Amino acid sequence: MNLLRISWANLRDKALSSFLSGLLMALGVTIISLLLILNQQLTEQFTKNVRGVDLVIGAKGSPLQLILASIYQIDAPTGNIPLAEANRLTRSPLIKEAIPLALGDNFKGYRIVGTNQKYLLHYGATLAEGTTFNRPLDAVVGAKVARLTGLKLGDQFAGSHGLTGEGHEHGNKKYRVVGVLAPSNSVADQLILTPVESVWEIHEEEEGEARAKPSLMPMMAAPDQSPEGEGSGEERNADPENSASAVGATEEITALLVKVRNPLAKLTLPRAINDNSKLQAASPAIEINRLFTLLGFGLDTLQYIALAIIVISGISVFVSLYNSLKERRYEMALMLSMGATRARLFGLLLLEGLMIALIGFVAGILLSRLGLAVLGRNVEDNFHYDLNALTLLPEEGLLLLGTVAIGLLAAALPSLGIYRINISRTLAEE
Amino acid sequence: MLETRNLTFSYTPQKRFVFPDVACADDETLLILGRSGRGKTTLLHLLALLLKPESGQIVVNGTDLARLTVRATVAFRAQNIGLVYQRPHFVASLSVLDNLLLANYLAGYKSDRDRARQLAERLGFSEHLSKKTTQLSLGEQQRVGIARALMNRARVLLADEPTSNLDDDNCDRVASLLAEQAHEVGASLVIVTHDQRLKERVGRQISL
Repeated sequence: MNLLRISWANLRDKALSSFLSGLLMALGVTIISLLLILNQQLTEQFTKNVRGVDLVIGAKGSPLQLILASIYQIDAPTGNIPLAEANRLTRSPLIKEAIPLALGDNFKGYRIVGTNQKYLLHYGATLAEGTTFNRPLDAVVGAKVARLTGLKLGDQFAGSHGLTGEGHEHGNKKYRVVGVLAPSNSVADQLILTPVESVWEIHEEEEGEARAKPSLMPMMAAPDQSPEGEGSGEERNADPENSASAVGATEEITALLVKVRNPLAKLTLPRAINDNSKLQAASPAIEINRLFTLLGFGLDTLQYIALAIIVISGISVFVSLYNSLKERRYEMALMLSMGATRARLFGLLLLEGLMIALIGFVAGILLSRLGLAVLGRNVEDNFHYDLNALTLLPEEGLLLLGTVAIGLLAAALPSLGIYRINISRTLAEE
Repeated sequence: MLETRNLTFSYTPQKRFVFPDVACADDETLLILGRSGRGKTTLLHLLALLLKPESGQIVVNGTDLARLTVRATVAFRAQNIGLVYQRPHFVASLSVLDNLLLANYLAGYKSDRDRARQLAERLGFSEHLSKKTTQLSLGEQQRVGIARALMNRARVLLADEPTSNLDDDNCDRVASLLAEQAHEVGASLVIVTHDQRLKERVGRQISL
């Protein structure tokens, strides 16, 4: 027999109202915790992958799209740019380093990225086995791609046209896996890397046999992900901009990841490029900031709603205790007459609020992790990004404190009535 | 052993009680009779230290209760005085057994399950120990109330109208059990009542 047991018995005795209070508490905690994790994971993923890239240069279009496509590999690229023009730009003294990217194909939904060794260095990706790519059609496979598709050293595979799902397969030229990357916890984990030349080679071939193929990129703007009809004239018309470039196409890339020499160049270079060329330069920092500002508005709103739910849960604890205390006045007087001190009974009631808060918190955290697992699978399927957080975030410690404070406060207010009970009179009434 | 001297109490200046001296030795039963409004319950609450007397002295087992601090009073009551109420009240969320053990816990003793089972056996509700108190009949509840008062082997048992809500059979049974159990631990038993049925059972009586 102890206070905990009595409190617990009291909670169970009014199971429904305890359940309601606990449920509200859990719901609020779930939403807040889920928001915290998502925010943390998104920020982490986004800042990790942007590191060191000051600018991205690509075809004109939405700067945010360009960033999402070339750094995070989640959106479709804005188009292609002629290699010659790109090369001319990289000779600018303001540019310290430029990494070319050529997108357009995938293997089982994992993007094949034509690039050079600097890309590996940039993301600190090291080889787990094999060698790096040297010749066209060599492929280095990201850790996650290797794990999930089963590609191993020496395997040959054909890329499919497009960036997601099943496109037209480039059956004639096959890639050969020469290396597998160790996990670097960056975007490189989910990519298949190959020299830029591989991409050119494959698409030259295609163009030879079917003139209608757009040079590199089947523009994602075209809604059809269905197997593209071999050289149908219709498709060519559907994508005039791209096919126009395809006619005179020599060699093209999708984007350049650029590091500049000095901070000032981050401001001057984009302006020069955007004003004076057919290309655009976008700053990851600015675009991601913009994205977070847009998202942040929604996140904030949700956070306020969740806080409101927690407060309502507190009110529900308050009402429930207030009502039961009116009914239990005699019970309280009885326990006082049996040797309980008022402080002890006060503690007994606080314990009820505390228990609801703790149960709500634990259930909420469990629910949020469950929600994250479901959400994570979704994100994984669609974007190949992992979401995982099995540890408690520091902010969740604060959330625990807040929840407990609300539980205690909600219990304390009605429980102060304990100190006003007149034992003799309460026992004599009846 | 219980003794009072020159006990007075007033709720308001108009409503003042002067009580006759009361003495009840160990293993003795005293009946305090009186119509409603004569301060029966007030006297009982004074004896139980639930009220502080305006003047006068209460001595239980040689301890002058007026000298105790508030905290010591609470502990003294829990350990030495067993209270039986007119309508037994319990902590509704707890089982019968837990309500008995609660008396141990609140008095600062270890839970004495054996004693609880023994009393339940003796008072005839051992098959109800795991039930909630609200599932019991009034007579059964009153017996559980008595068992609770006996859990800490109190030196003084105070009963406030313990039989007034009971039918004749139950009245008989409760009165006998009270006397029997008080005798067993050698406690002083003070019953405050207006129930005429008890008059014939108890020798020593005081009228207010």
